[in-house]
Amino acid sequence: MGIALTMLRCREVSKLVSESMERDLPLRQRLAVRLHLMMCRMCAGFARQLRLLRRAARENPERLGPDEGAPDARLPDAARERIKAALHNGHE
Amino acid sequence: MPDHTSQPESTLNPADWVDRHGDTLYRFALARLRDAEAAEEVVQETFVAALGARDQYSGKGSEGAWLLGICKRKVVDLVRRRNRPDTGTGGDLGPDPSEAMFDAKGNWRLDPRILKGRPEDALERKEFWQAFRGCLGRLSQRQADAFTLRELEDLKSDEICKELGISASNLWVLLHRARLRLTACMKSHLEKWGLL
Repeated sequence: MGIALTMLRCREVSKLVSESMERDLPLRQRLAVRLHLMMCRMCAGFARQLRLLRRAARENPERLGPDEGAPDARLPDAARERIKAALHNGHE
Repeated sequence: MPDHTSQPESTLNPADWVDRHGDTLYRFALARLRDAEAAEEVVQETFVAALGARDQYSGKGSEGAWLLGICKRKVVDLVRRRNRPDTGTGGDLGPDPSEAMFDAKGNWRLDPRILKGRPEDALERKEFWQAFRGCLGRLSQRQADAFTLRELEDLKSDEICKELGISASNLWVLLHRARLRLTACMKSHLEKWGLL
């Protein structure tokens, strides 16, 4: 790739920052991203935010359920009875 | 007969499973699948599979931990089923938010930072979670599922590729789009609520 170090734009940096959370970037790209992040507060903030979202999701997954009550949700009664019946049949 | 020293440390009580572990497994599945019906299905599959495999329970971990391990696999199975290529969403990487978020030169149109002060403080705020949850729900199914397997479940990239039937570069695109869309969506929510 003939992209000079200083030529990376925020659009490419955002993509590489995201990719760096999935794999180790080649040295050249890693340096270019690091240089950009030192100069660009928005991208640096974006990168930090992505790590925060990851941490939040791993620490508290149940808060990301479909609705506010998800962390305290209970298996609905109808499903409970259905599953008990299925297990009972499985016994026989 | 096994001698006394090889007795399992814990035993299984399938008759109590649904009452003792049903809610925990349901909450686990619900957070990851974001769909009550799918979560119920996974809970049922977990118990049925566990009943069939109860001879393989070593007695080392608790009954609950053993069931949760099975449930994790069932969640991934369901995600794979609902993203099968023949469901119509296969291969679809979802909308690309790049045009809306970057100008022609590749600079941010809007400051992507959604959190002021120490971002870590956001975790204490109810509004942060409200925005995160709501915006996750607005991603395409595939984007949300890729994000969930990667970020909530911490599966390795190659496992996710296998489950979703996509290449590594497609997974990176999916995740990047998911992250950009979450950023834009959360920003507009938090702005609307006057928190920025």
